[in-house]
Amino acid sequence: MAAGHSHPLHLAHDSPVHRLAPEVKIVASVSFTVLVVLTPRERFWAFAADLLVLAVVAGLARVPARWLATRSLIELPFVVLAVLLPLFGPGPHTEWLGVALSVEGLLGAWNILAKGTLGVLASLLLAATTQHRDLIVGLDRLRAPAVVTQIATFMLRYAEVLAAEARRMRIARLSRGYDPRFLWQAYAFATGAGALFLRAFERGERGYLAMVSRGYAGRVPPLYGPGAGVAGWLTGMSVPTVAAVVLAVSLFGPGRLVP
Amino acid sequence: MTAAPSLVLEDVRYTYPDGQVALRGVDLSLAPGERMALLGPNGAGKTTLVLHLNGILRDGCGRVSVAGLDVAPPHLAEIRRRVGIVFQDPDDQLFMPTVAEDVAFGPANLGLRGTALSARVDEALEAVGMAAHRDRAPHHLSFGQRRRVAVATVLAMRPEVLVLDEPSSNLDPASRRELAGILRQLPVTLLLVTHDLPYAVELCPRAAILDDGRIAADGPTARLLADADLLARHRLELPYGYDPALAMAQLARTGQ
Repeated sequence: MAAGHSHPLHLAHDSPVHRLAPEVKIVASVSFTVLVVLTPRERFWAFAADLLVLAVVAGLARVPARWLATRSLIELPFVVLAVLLPLFGPGPHTEWLGVALSVEGLLGAWNILAKGTLGVLASLLLAATTQHRDLIVGLDRLRAPAVVTQIATFMLRYAEVLAAEARRMRIARLSRGYDPRFLWQAYAFATGAGALFLRAFERGERGYLAMVSRGYAGRVPPLYGPGAGVAGWLTGMSVPTVAAVVLAVSLFGPGRLVP
Repeated sequence: MTAAPSLVLEDVRYTYPDGQVALRGVDLSLAPGERMALLGPNGAGKTTLVLHLNGILRDGCGRVSVAGLDVAPPHLAEIRRRVGIVFQDPDDQLFMPTVAEDVAFGPANLGLRGTALSARVDEALEAVGMAAHRDRAPHHLSFGQRRRVAVATVLAMRPEVLVLDEPSSNLDPASRRELAGILRQLPVTLLLVTHDLPYAVELCPRAAILDDGRIAADGPTARLLADADLLARHRLELPYGYDPALAMAQLARTGQ
């Protein structure tokens, strides 16, 4: 695959998971996450099993545990609330190191933390093994609206063009003695942003003309093959299938759930 | 009997919606395989004229035809295959995430798929010497390379007429020379729209001057450029110290 447009979360090497068709990986990671969310929070073993599934996928994809661990810190702002739940939660309390903690709150915190972490890990694995471009191809094959995939395709290309333009404008400002330190100096920045918007708008217009000149009539023609076969789908969907079995056992297996 | 002209313009007129008159009756005819330069100062109406060649602008008066086919709605798709336009800024033209996908866009719109499509992409990239870069992202290429890819995106449609809008702008001398070498090899009718007069001398035996929406002169490039008064009247200038007669003699010696 092209090294030209890899994103910061992509690990560029080859593995069975990298080779899997993007649409399969998208469906697999989304359904895995949904199944994890449906799993009752008291079934601690079930989350361990789900984590094990992800560990196997990470092993196959040769994604280092440390790489995953540092990038999963992104969920921290979302789980801050979870830390507060045991302290302020209602219901019966339990004593831990002299601090009274709510049992309900503890379970709630665990619920957010476990499901959030598993979801983030699944997304990170998808990102690590799939190029930007392939994600869009996958969405396209999953019949996402063409307008959405076209806009995403253009963003991939023009985000870089715009960023380069913004960089050049900033350097030009700095070269004329601009030294943004105070709030009122934001004026130049804001005008710059406005100019950038206008340029992007005009570029869009010119780009459209160039596309029409090459026969564009409202849809980008399919440039890719038919996508994943049965084998690809079976391989990829084995991951959410295991999560589904785990969910079924945790719902209907032995042991009473706390109402 | 001679073959039908590749490109014919008859009394093409155009006024922008804001009332600004851009073209005041343009007549031109290009024979198959001919290379012609369309010269003119900024604001002469060059780009407006280019947009008439494949029917993007067509609500003015006059007639444009390409190899005998009128530029009009029932066959605009065929016209856009026959007339390839390379726009001035390659970043406007290259909108797909990789070079190969961008080159494939045109022929895919013509209905090509699979191996036929990828063969067409290879052929076009080969013609501009960019085959080694097919999977790269356009923003990782140099400006000169992007311009060559922009030419390939149009060549992939196997056009009859190739129109280039200021192809030498922003190119360093080496890229400029490489592009000229590529353009000279192409088996197409070429319309070079530019105010870069030496480039016109280098590539096109014939030239026309467009000024104020009209063709002010049409003839051999060397003769037009030797007429200092004519150039001055239309805000065209040769680079300081440039002698078109000397350049022509040099071109004749190298067999170009």
